Amino acid sequence: MSSKTLNISTSPHIIANVSTDTIMLNVVYALLPVAGFAVYSFGINALLVILTTTISAVGTEHYLCKLSKKESTVGDWSAVISGLLLGLTLPPTFPLWMAFFGGVIAIALGKFIFGGLGYNVFNPALVGRAVLQAAFPVAMTTWYPAMALDRFSSISTSVLSTPFMQPTVDVVSGATPLSAFKFDNIIADSSDMALGLISGSTGETCAVLILLGGIYLIIRKMMNWRIPVAILGTVIVLSGILYLVDPQIYPSPVFMLFSGGLMLGAIFMATDMVASPITPLGVVVYGAIIGILVVVIRIWGGLPEGVMYAILLANAISPHIDNMIRLRVYGTSKQTKHD
Amino acid sequence: MSAAANTISPQLTFQHGIHPEEFKELSNLKPIERMAFVPEYRLPLSQHIGAPSLPVVKVGENVKRGQKIADPGGYVSVALHSPVDGTIKDIGIYTHPNGRELPAIIITTDAYSSQEFVGMESVDPYSLSKSEFIQKIQDSGLVGLGGAAFPAHVKFNIQEDKKCKYLMINGCECEPFLTADDRLMIEFGEELIEGIKILNHFIGAEKVYIAVEVNKPKAIMNLRNLASDNIEVVCLKVKYPQGAEKMMTSAILGKEIPAGGLPLDLGVLVSNVGTLVALAQYFRNGIPLIERVVTVTGTTMNRPSNVMVPVGTPMESLVKWCGGFTSDTTRILLGGPMMGMVQKRLDVPVVKGTSGILALSSEQVKELNEYSCIRCGRCLDACPIYLNPSHLGLLAKKGLWEEMEENHVMDCFECGSCSFVCPSAIPLVQSFRVAKGFIKQAKKRDV
Repeated sequence: MSSKTLNISTSPHIIANVSTDTIMLNVVYALLPVAGFAVYSFGINALLVILTTTISAVGTEHYLCKLSKKESTVGDWSAVISGLLLGLTLPPTFPLWMAFFGGVIAIALGKFIFGGLGYNVFNPALVGRAVLQAAFPVAMTTWYPAMALDRFSSISTSVLSTPFMQPTVDVVSGATPLSAFKFDNIIADSSDMALGLISGSTGETCAVLILLGGIYLIIRKMMNWRIPVAILGTVIVLSGILYLVDPQIYPSPVFMLFSGGLMLGAIFMATDMVASPITPLGVVVYGAIIGILVVVIRIWGGLPEGVMYAILLANAISPHIDNMIRLRVYGTSKQTKHD
Repeated sequence: MSAAANTISPQLTFQHGIHPEEFKELSNLKPIERMAFVPEYRLPLSQHIGAPSLPVVKVGENVKRGQKIADPGGYVSVALHSPVDGTIKDIGIYTHPNGRELPAIIITTDAYSSQEFVGMESVDPYSLSKSEFIQKIQDSGLVGLGGAAFPAHVKFNIQEDKKCKYLMINGCECEPFLTADDRLMIEFGEELIEGIKILNHFIGAEKVYIAVEVNKPKAIMNLRNLASDNIEVVCLKVKYPQGAEKMMTSAILGKEIPAGGLPLDLGVLVSNVGTLVALAQYFRNGIPLIERVVTVTGTTMNRPSNVMVPVGTPMESLVKWCGGFTSDTTRILLGGPMMGMVQKRLDVPVVKGTSGILALSSEQVKELNEYSCIRCGRCLDACPIYLNPSHLGLLAKKGLWEEMEENHVMDCFECGSCSFVCPSAIPLVQSFRVAKGFIKQAKKRDV
């Protein structure tokens, strides 16, 4: 008995059953119904776009690890999340070569350059999307109607367009509710928006499934519920006030809530743990800032949608938000500085 | 006794904390058993915090069970007694359970002795003055049996300018697996209450709380039936580290012990149930601290048990008494899994501070890949003293000890909740221990 080797280390000797890859894998689970609905609603084109971004994100992560002679970190599932999220924020008939490029940018510039998982300042998927938005503004705002009859039978020519060629725009334009409101002042039906029977980016249309995914993660304690609550709450309050001031000019809070990428952004993008504050008060401030920016950009900005920029801006200041928050340590009356 | 007093509510608790799987069912129904005497006992002279005891016996001398074999080595030190009738075989350097080579007394057991306790006569504690009482406690070798093994007489000797208003008896036993205190409260309830009354005669607290986590309903019922006067049994929620002085004080009084201060700053004195049972036995039967209850348990222990073990018993014999452990055991611990000390070898003795021997398999002691911090915030929600372990962990990686001190790392009492919850398996509390060591060293240099 005493001759047996027993291993040693310091306490604690037991550890909870939740590991980082478990958390990431559960986020993937929560995203799958959203992706599934995207394919159901936009057909084979959306499937190709989502697959392309996911494969390019995972491939880039793997290749960059090999290049820097590190063990591949693909197994932590975080690259899959970034790839999926990027795919879900692109228009359904987005050219695949552009989507592939976006996936590479998301991982390389959004994450790897900062030091990989845990060090990214911004949500990697949104970095990828921001670059695509800047590089290909037309393709990024070419929409495709939901539930088109031929969505499972034909692949759009723009999807398969050759790199660096101007894609032929062959789609029947299906303006998103936000652009319809912004440019034509048309308000979409809110139940259509909740159920996702509207045009938009592949994964942002079905608010119900996005919410369910978020609730799943919150119940499993794998998402900070304060972030989406703070964002959505701020949007409801601000747009509610504006709506009360003049319902003719300003959209209703319900419209604001269910249109565009707000739901997807608030639940799956802004909650990137690495790029958001860690203190309980900090995340509320962070969420409120995103909420305010979304309303301001949507209503007074030049763009129909502002979720992406709102989150990226809030990501940038989130370390500073944490620095300003003082945690009170047990047995002290003063709030102490944390920096 | 009213009906309300028979329910185990309300459940008091503190903020934050964790709830690891309890594993108490392995041994909480096993009555305390006595172990057969073994041929040899090893008694380290440092079984307590403070100066080592000074031997008063010579090699070859015969000793009786309960006879004093070493005097206190100073004020913060206690006496040591022989756990058996036997002969002093050696006084020399031997391995201590803490891994260091330290002086110890080896006693060969007298094979023909009945091992009946003859010892001292019982003393009427109520006839003693306070200083006589403190002296008696020191002579009895009593230390805190919760695990820290701080000399009890030092703790009980409250300075004139301090007043103890609340006496808190710690029966939380919040570490998973351990059940020794639970069994003591069930089987030695009368002794416990007697010990409390004796102690409170000298410290004069207005109110005595016996704090028990609600996963020990039998202990709660038993003590409620026995408690009288100003003694109240309070139910605490099952949560780790409920039994820490700071957490217990918060849960019961709703007040926080000032950072860097002592419970006594709030008029609180905390003592473990085992300590008070031992105190009562000393005054009742004159038995000094020569044995204690040890929980021998773990999922790979063949016969999990609660055993009354003579101090100085080789752990190997004790484990063998409990059927040994299976071959898939990867780690042996002294104490619980959250704060216990890992044991490399079993040829070391049970000492006064040994609360449990725990055998864990590789299934429990998971070797997980360490990831970077993903700032999930679980450690902030776990830390019972509201630190930011995530941030401290990053500072520790860079060796920024001074910044860590500014961020209150010295308040950390190393409960390990942060490391337990970390999904990235970052050794947080482990690095805080290192940091605290460096900070203390730097302070010593500056002085």
